[in-house]
Amino acid sequence: MKVVVCVKQIPDPATPYRLEEGNNWLIRPEEQILDDTDRYGVEMGLQLAQASEGTVTLVSMGPAGNGQGIRQALAMGADKAILVEDNTLRGSDALTTARVLAAAIEKEEFDLVIAGTESTDGYSGVVPQMLAEILGVPALTYATKVETADGAVTIHRQTASGYDVVSSSLPAVVSVTAGVVEPRYPTFKGIMDAKKKPVDAFSIGDLGAERAPEQLVLSITAAPERAGGNKVEDDGEAHLAIVSLLEDRKVI
Amino acid sequence: MAAVWAFVEQDGDQPTTLGLELLAKARQLGEVTAILLGPGSEAVFAALGEHGASSVLHLDAGDRLPAGPAAAALAERAKSDPPALILFGQAYNDRDIAGRLAARLGVGVLSNASNVRLAGGGVETEHEILGGTQVATASASQGPYIVLIRPQSFVAEATGGGIPPVERLDPPDMGQAEARITESHVEEREGPQLSEASIVVSGGRGLGAPEAYQLVEQLGKQLGAATGATRAIVDAGWVPYAKQVGQTGKTVKPDVYIACGISGAMQHLVGMKDSKTIIAINKDPDAPIFTIADLGVIGDVHKVLPKLIEALQSR
Repeated sequence: MKVVVCVKQIPDPATPYRLEEGNNWLIRPEEQILDDTDRYGVEMGLQLAQASEGTVTLVSMGPAGNGQGIRQALAMGADKAILVEDNTLRGSDALTTARVLAAAIEKEEFDLVIAGTESTDGYSGVVPQMLAEILGVPALTYATKVETADGAVTIHRQTASGYDVVSSSLPAVVSVTAGVVEPRYPTFKGIMDAKKKPVDAFSIGDLGAERAPEQLVLSITAAPERAGGNKVEDDGEAHLAIVSLLEDRKVI
Repeated sequence: MAAVWAFVEQDGDQPTTLGLELLAKARQLGEVTAILLGPGSEAVFAALGEHGASSVLHLDAGDRLPAGPAAAALAERAKSDPPALILFGQAYNDRDIAGRLAARLGVGVLSNASNVRLAGGGVETEHEILGGTQVATASASQGPYIVLIRPQSFVAEATGGGIPPVERLDPPDMGQAEARITESHVEEREGPQLSEASIVVSGGRGLGAPEAYQLVEQLGKQLGAATGATRAIVDAGWVPYAKQVGQTGKTVKPDVYIACGISGAMQHLVGMKDSKTIIAINKDPDAPIFTIADLGVIGDVHKVLPKLIEALQSR
């Protein structure tokens, strides 16, 4: 089975995010990491490909920087990567992103496209569905379990009250939630091999993808601050302070 | 008056609260058409009217995963008679349909909005960013504007309208490109829904191990609260995605939020900082959660929670 996994390099969420003056775009440093959300998709892709002697191709859009995030995913075991890097793509919205990813994916044969449910830095949460629409395939979303057999894919889809079992024929797009599988850590061999794996770069022009109508950030203002900060050290009796506040708020 | 569509899902014989929240906003902005997804019923249509819908587009996808067929039907309808604005909630089916509909119409989606305005033929949306410390005002250059609204951004309120006219939209046959729901499982849940609970007890990494989440559940049970979690422990597989509170997860605004072993990453704060009262228990005196907590207990959750549960039990 030919599996494509969408991955994104993002600024390390452990560092404070900053916005560029003027356009309010997120500042992306040279060194970005693989979005944690994508480790689940990569692992899922690897397991499905390994079970069927298939391949895993990574597809990513955004400034390459030093490519560390892509190498992380290759080090887990993906076969190759396609990276769409183009200065004119800075500040792209979800639809432009989906069109670009779809155009890159269409350069490959694929049975299954896997994506996370939303990125950690942009979290629009609609790219997998848009991608499926453009590719003309079903999107099986919010998967907590994924299985493939006989040209079909079946998932457990998270719902507000539990989960649904959802099936479709392949090709299809599946978006996976955290915890769908336990992502592996790259081995030393994996890290060394990743350095030699092919990373093909394209621009939006190479792909012939069309930008979506523009979205603009008009302004950024400080949100009202919340006053807090009453702290007590637990001396073995701090739970009584909690009980007393719950009484005061009339919830007990 | 601008034509505004608002997406509402049916839950049992009623619209979801999220759908009614969208109707409350939509009727401030223009003439409201509710898009109802579900089997439909007199009661649910009446509720839509009471909450300000002057007409209803009814979609029943049956056992088909709704996004593909619903987006196809709505795109056809929107092309023949385009609304100015289409509101969806930041929820599973909402996101799926909005995404596919936007791709069909060739317009973007303004996601995670906490407010929306129509002015001078354009749209403006507000988005809480950087952990809710900043508010971004955004706009889109081409309509129909599709906006995803975070739950609990608006208050659902009945205004007393009559039963609106209902137009049934038949989702087209998508042929092979179709996903079907073969089984539905309702997971047993004690206590209220996370997004509708008046008390929420959440746990984070500071619990140390998945077993310690039981303390959160016990406290939740004692208080009749819903239980939530940080992304860190959802990612670690301790609790399911449905419990995640935060930027990539649910927004909650309960009367009381009790954060247990939660440091207060920006990712989490944006989902709970508007709770009326926040109580935090954490070992680290410098944890960011303390800056927004009405009561911060610097202590070990493994010691404080059992005592708290016991104190509540003996009342």
